[in-house]
This record gives sequence, structure tokens and C-alpha cells, in this order.
Amino acid sequence: MAEAVAPIPVLSVRNVAKSFGAAIALRKGCLDSYGGSIHALVGENGAGKSTLVKVIAGVHHRDGGEFLLSGRPVDFRNTAEAKAAGVAVIYQEPTLFPDLSVTENIFMGRQPVLGLGRIDRRRMRSEAADLLERLGVRLNPDRVARGLSIADQQVIEIAKAISLDAKVLVMDEPTAALSGVEVDRLFTITRALRDEGRAIIFISHRFEEIYSLCDTLTVMRDGEYVSAHAIGDVTVDEVVRRMVGRSVTDLFPKEAAPVGDVRLRVEGLTSSGKFHDINFVVRSGEIVCLAGLVGSGRTEIVRAVFGVDGYDRGTVTVDGHTLPMKNPAAAIAAGIALVPEDRRKQGLVMDFSVRSNMSLAVRDRLSVLGILPALKETRLAMSWAHRLQVKTSSLDSPVATLSGGNQQKVVLGKWLATEPRVLIIDEPTRGIDVGTKSEVHRLMSELAGHGVAILMISSELPEVIGMADRVLVMKEGHMTAELSRADANPETVMYAATHSVEKSA
Amino acid sequence: MTQSAVVPPGSNDAVRLVSRLYRAREASILLVVALVVVAATVTSPDFLFSSSGWRDLTLAPSILMILAVGEAIVIITRNVDISVGAVLGFTAYFAGRVLTDYPGVPVVVVFLLGTLLGALMGLFNGLLVTLLRVPALVVTLGTLYIFRGIDVLWAGGIRIMPGDLPSSFLDLGTSSILTVPTVTIIAVFVAAAAVWYMKCTRGGRTFYAIGSDPDAARLYGLPTGRRVIIALATSGALAGFSGVLYLSRYATADSQVGTGWELQAIAAVVIGGIAIAGGSGSVGGAALGAVLLITINRALPVLGIPDFWQQAVIGVLILFAIVTDRLLFIRTSHQLLEARETTNA
Repeated sequence: MAEAVAPIPVLSVRNVAKSFGAAIALRKGCLDSYGGSIHALVGENGAGKSTLVKVIAGVHHRDGGEFLLSGRPVDFRNTAEAKAAGVAVIYQEPTLFPDLSVTENIFMGRQPVLGLGRIDRRRMRSEAADLLERLGVRLNPDRVARGLSIADQQVIEIAKAISLDAKVLVMDEPTAALSGVEVDRLFTITRALRDEGRAIIFISHRFEEIYSLCDTLTVMRDGEYVSAHAIGDVTVDEVVRRMVGRSVTDLFPKEAAPVGDVRLRVEGLTSSGKFHDINFVVRSGEIVCLAGLVGSGRTEIVRAVFGVDGYDRGTVTVDGHTLPMKNPAAAIAAGIALVPEDRRKQGLVMDFSVRSNMSLAVRDRLSVLGILPALKETRLAMSWAHRLQVKTSSLDSPVATLSGGNQQKVVLGKWLATEPRVLIIDEPTRGIDVGTKSEVHRLMSELAGHGVAILMISSELPEVIGMADRVLVMKEGHMTAELSRADANPETVMYAATHSVEKSA
Repeated sequence: MTQSAVVPPGSNDAVRLVSRLYRAREASILLVVALVVVAATVTSPDFLFSSSGWRDLTLAPSILMILAVGEAIVIITRNVDISVGAVLGFTAYFAGRVLTDYPGVPVVVVFLLGTLLGALMGLFNGLLVTLLRVPALVVTLGTLYIFRGIDVLWAGGIRIMPGDLPSSFLDLGTSSILTVPTVTIIAVFVAAAAVWYMKCTRGGRTFYAIGSDPDAARLYGLPTGRRVIIALATSGALAGFSGVLYLSRYATADSQVGTGWELQAIAAVVIGGIAIAGGSGSVGGAALGAVLLITINRALPVLGIPDFWQQAVIGVLILFAIVTDRLLFIRTSHQLLEARETTNA
């Protein structure tokens, strides 16, 4: 630890523990964050980062340990107390009031008032406008929050924090849903806040972001503090090794598989306003990646292919059979499986058990006279849980209690049980920790080896380049490049994804 | 009225449309009320121009108006109170009992007691909703039957008669100031105070925030439980107040007073443009919704529309209000998305 002249940390937690019933979420959380510094908090999912953040935010009350703010012990029982003490948290999913204006969202509960408790709207509005201007964003303070992009919503969250004059700002995976330009804007703002002397805690799974933004770093594993470093003192490999407790040599092991016949063929697919004249094929044994920025139309295409949304023109064929439009049941029958981006809302029934979720897509096949025999269901769930190495205390646990990575495995298991010929995966490893990530990649590679045609959407360039046999790059609804494995590198993919949109910075 | 006249620099059509929607709703309700009154008056001039025409027109909606204002506050927090009719009935009988059993009690005290009793009943609702985390729909459905049951048990077949009530109390229900009935003035005053509170104070805005996204409100550190209790207690208090007002206007009460009024109050709220899922709409809209509902109810027989169709018209009105809100919501969402694309370019 390089702390020669040690000032008092603005925020300091020592050996903080938190359990939920029998489940220990946090054994020993330690974190020091100094003013004028951006501190990265890294760890696999389930390492206890989010729990630690929630303790800091006053959402959870710690069971034990020390919590100091500017050297003084604090004990938050709710988020209001934490905010009053100058701790602001920006969650992965911003939590705004959609029906209220940007201004009201920033000042809710703390509006400037005149006599009789009347809110001084004029002052509130001009303060909001000033804040937004300081942050360098063009947002109308009078518009309602509904319909704002995630990036803009985060800016409002930051504006809230500044208006509180927060000393500590915690950002929990703020970049997960942002495009490149939006990340740049967020980083500019974050650096400005650092330069004002605030302590910033930044959580991310993306090392290139951490290394470009942060100056110190704390690693957590299994609910415990592992180590803290100045960012220059450790390499990414070293950090990853500490995070997983083992060395991950190859993050993206796509093995060569024999490429066979065309499984999925998409021709002239057009949906006005979403995508135009999309043509591609996916062969058995192949992993084809749809790359491009968030909002470039990738998800819309796979939704149309799977029959969730309709389209204006074009055809989708699987093994030579043309699929009807807007009919997911026909797509499933033809052998397509779709692992959606938002597994919590679209991929799983969160209150159902692991077992029930696994059998969800094959209920009819397993059923006898409309009744699902428990034994058959258990056997199926057991075999997939074993093959995918799902970590759960029991097949009867609700999937809501699993970590993100294990939830993703359950979604995969659910679709693999249908024995798909074409597997579509939207953001296969979003929000999944490093260790599980490579397991998901190994699984995909194995499936391709068994002759499944895989179409993957990914925003993570290393994943795209490591996994894909071919990369299709989308830009604003048009396919701008098709790159072979040999030609695909971060520069070529990013160029095709951003090509000719360089006007805004 | 609260928006500054200065045009914001980044303003655009979508934003202006949203801010204008509330006022547009209130204006269009007033327009429909006017049309209904004109149609009824043309058919039968007595509707407006008889000695009691103007008085009935203004007096008839006033009690429902107060009830609807309370209901609106609850619905804005994404809850609902269907016990208001029972609370109104209970306090009407309670007020009658106080006035007959304790002659000489000042009128003001009776109103205070009735309001307090209603507030306690609302508090009971609020505590059940927040402490047991039971949806308000279920809690207030239960208390609707409980309150009504106690009322029936207590009143039995007894009816409070005008002769039982002091004239100072009855005067309030019949008097008027500058041709406007006193009860109407009270109702308008209550509605105006509620509009002001909901629009211009921290507490009022908190109700909107909670209804807009309860989870976000909790995470934000807003005292959601306390505010929901306050909303339900306010609704109860206003229903209790309405009960006493009912007695002074009709001069009679039995155990069945206010039956079904909860549905009329909810209908008024919906017609007034308040989203049933909370978070948006104006309390003033709900008050005007009550005026429209009652006025239509009174005008339809005058226009010679058969009884069955009168009910159907109300139903169509509610559905029309909901469908309009939904269409407007979809349209503004689209415009907000487009606005986002143009400002980001």
C-alpha cells in the first residue's frame, strides 16, 4: 500500500459484515476512499461489492465492523441519513421518477422554499439549469424523466449528488449500458468531480475503463477484502488473478469447429426506423457476432428473427424452411433459441425455482397428458445444472437468489434443453464475473463444436474478437461490415461501428 | 400559474405538450360541463333558470368533490381508498348522534369531531397498508365492510330526522353567500387548498414521486410509509368532513348513507385525468371530474334519456377518459423519445 503521507480517508469501512438470514453476503469488507481520488472496486459477481455499496448507501444496516466518514464513526439506518451525511450512490439502473421533471428529480424532498412552504420553482429551475450546464450536458430541465436515455438519467443522478454537495460518490457499474461517446462524457464529468476534491468509488467489470479513469483499486473476493493497490502497481492479469483466486490464461477460448451447412439465412430483412436490408447466414459450427454500438439495431434484428417483432420486408429461413413473421412458437419449433439480454425480465421467472426455469421451454415435451412429472423435470434440471456447473444450494432455490452468472447459466440450460439448431445470445456475459464469463464462452464454443449455429450480440470488443468466426458490424440500422476472424480486430470493428458518425464528440 | 413566463432555452414541443396536458384536461372537462348544461337548459330552461336551478347545479357536486379530492391524493401515491363511502356514511350518522344526544354542541365541534373520526379511520387503513404491506385495494375493501358493518350495528333501523338537528347546523346546508351555496364554497375552498398543497409544497410533490416509482422513492430516502399513511388519513379526514357536510345538507342520515360513493369518487378521479397507476394528474382535475359526473347524472333525465342509458353514459365517459389518457401517454412518450434523438444529434 502506497500511502506515505496518509491524509484521513473521506470514507473508510473496516471489516464490515452483512448476512441475510443464513446467507453471508459480506464477510469482511474494507475500503478507503480519499478526496480527489477515483477508487475502483473490483471483484467477481457475488464478491460482495453491491452489498458493500448498499451498506455505504444506508440501504442495508451492517451486522458488524467499522464505518467512518471523515474520521468520524457513522451509522446509517436509511438512505436519507446517508445522503444527509454526503454519501451519494449512482446505481446501475438509475432510479428516477419518470412522471416528474428533470428539475424535480434533482431536488425532490429538498426543494428551495418560500413562505408557507411554497416551493420556489424559479430558483429550483435555474439551479437545475446551472447544474446541467456545469456538467456540460444539454438537457431541458422542464422535461419529464420518462424516455431519457440511461446516460442522461445517470447525468441527472450525478446532478443530484452535486446539488447535495456529496463528499462521497459511489458509481455502481455506470458504464454497463452506455455507448462509447456516452462513456467519454461520463468520464469527463467524473474527472471534474474528482478535481473538485470529492471521493469517488467506481465499480466496473471493464479493466480498460478502470485503468483509464481510476488511481487506486480494491479487490474483493467471496465477500472479503483481498488487497488494495495504486493503479500503476498492478497489471490487469494480476488483478484478475486476485479476483478469481486463480489465473485465467485465456478469457475467450473459441476452438475451431468444422463449419457445415447454412442453418440460418436472413435475406433483405427491413423494418423501417429500426434496420434496413439485412443479409447474413450462420452455418452450423459457426459463431457469428453482431457487433455495433448500443442502439445500432442489433437487438431489434434478433427480435425480428425470433418472431417477437414484425418486419416490413425480407425472409428468415432455418434449414431451408421460411419462418412466418411474428411467431416465436414457430421459431422455437424450427430450432431457434433466444437467450435475451435482460435475463431478469425476459429470460427467467425470478420467483420460480432453478428446476422450473430449466424445464420452462420443454414443458410440453416432458408432459404426460398435460401433467409434468416431477421426476422427469428433476432429472432434466439436474443434468443441465451439472453440465453447466450452476452453483446453487438446491434445485428448488428461486433463481432470484443466484448470482448473475449462475442465472445466465440457467437461461442457457433452459434453451439448451430444447436442443436448438440455432442459438441466438444477446450479450451473453453482461454483468457476469470473469470466472463465469470464460465458462460461458467455453460452453458456447462446445455447442458450436456440436454443430449448433450461434448468433451472438456483444458490446465487449475482446469477446467479439475472441469468440466470433465472423463479425457483422451494425451502424444505425445498416450493416456496415462483415469481417472474417482474421480481419477482425478492435480497430476494424470500431471503425465500421462508428464510421461517418464522427460529427459529435 | 406556477410556471415562469420565461421560455427555457432547451425547450421543445414535447416538453411544452406535457406541461400543457394538465391544463388542457381541466379546460376540456369544463367545456363538456358547459355543453351538458347548455343542452339541458335548451331542452328544459328550468335546469338553469328556475329558482333552484343554479343552486342545484353548484350544490349537487360539492360533497363528491371533496371525496374525490381525497381519493385523488391517495391514487396519486399509487394506492386506492375504497372505504371513503363507508367513512362518509359512518361520520354522517355519528354527527347526527352527537347533535341529537348532546344538544347545544357547537357546529364547529361537530365538524372537527367528524373530520377527526374520518382521519382515524383513514389512519387505520394507512397503518394496515404500510405495516402489513397489504395492497390498499384489499385493506380498504375490508375496512369498507367493517366500517359499514359497525354503522349498521349502531344505527340499526334508526334514521336521523331533520327535527333532531339544531337549526344552526341545518342553516349551513341551506344558506348561501352571494347566491353561491355555502357548502359549495367550502368544497371549492378544500379543493383549492389541496391543489395548492399538491402542486407547490415538498410534501405534495413527494406524493407524486412515490406514485411515480415507489421503489425509487424508497431508495431515494423519501419517507414513503409515512406519506402513504398521511395520504390515506387525509382521504379519511376529507370523507369524515364530507359526512358531516352531507348531514347538514340533506338533514337526514341512516346506516346506508354513502353506499357506492367510493366508486363515484374513483370515477371522478379517473375522469379528471389522474393516472390510476399514480404519479401524474392534478387534484383539480378530480374535483372537476366530480362536477362533470354529477352534472351529467342530473342532466340525462332532463334530456329524456332512459335510466339504463344513464349508467351506460357514465361508463362510456370513464372508458373514454382512460383511452384518451393512454393515447396521449403513448403519443408523448414517442415525442419525448424523438426529442431525445434530436437534442443528442
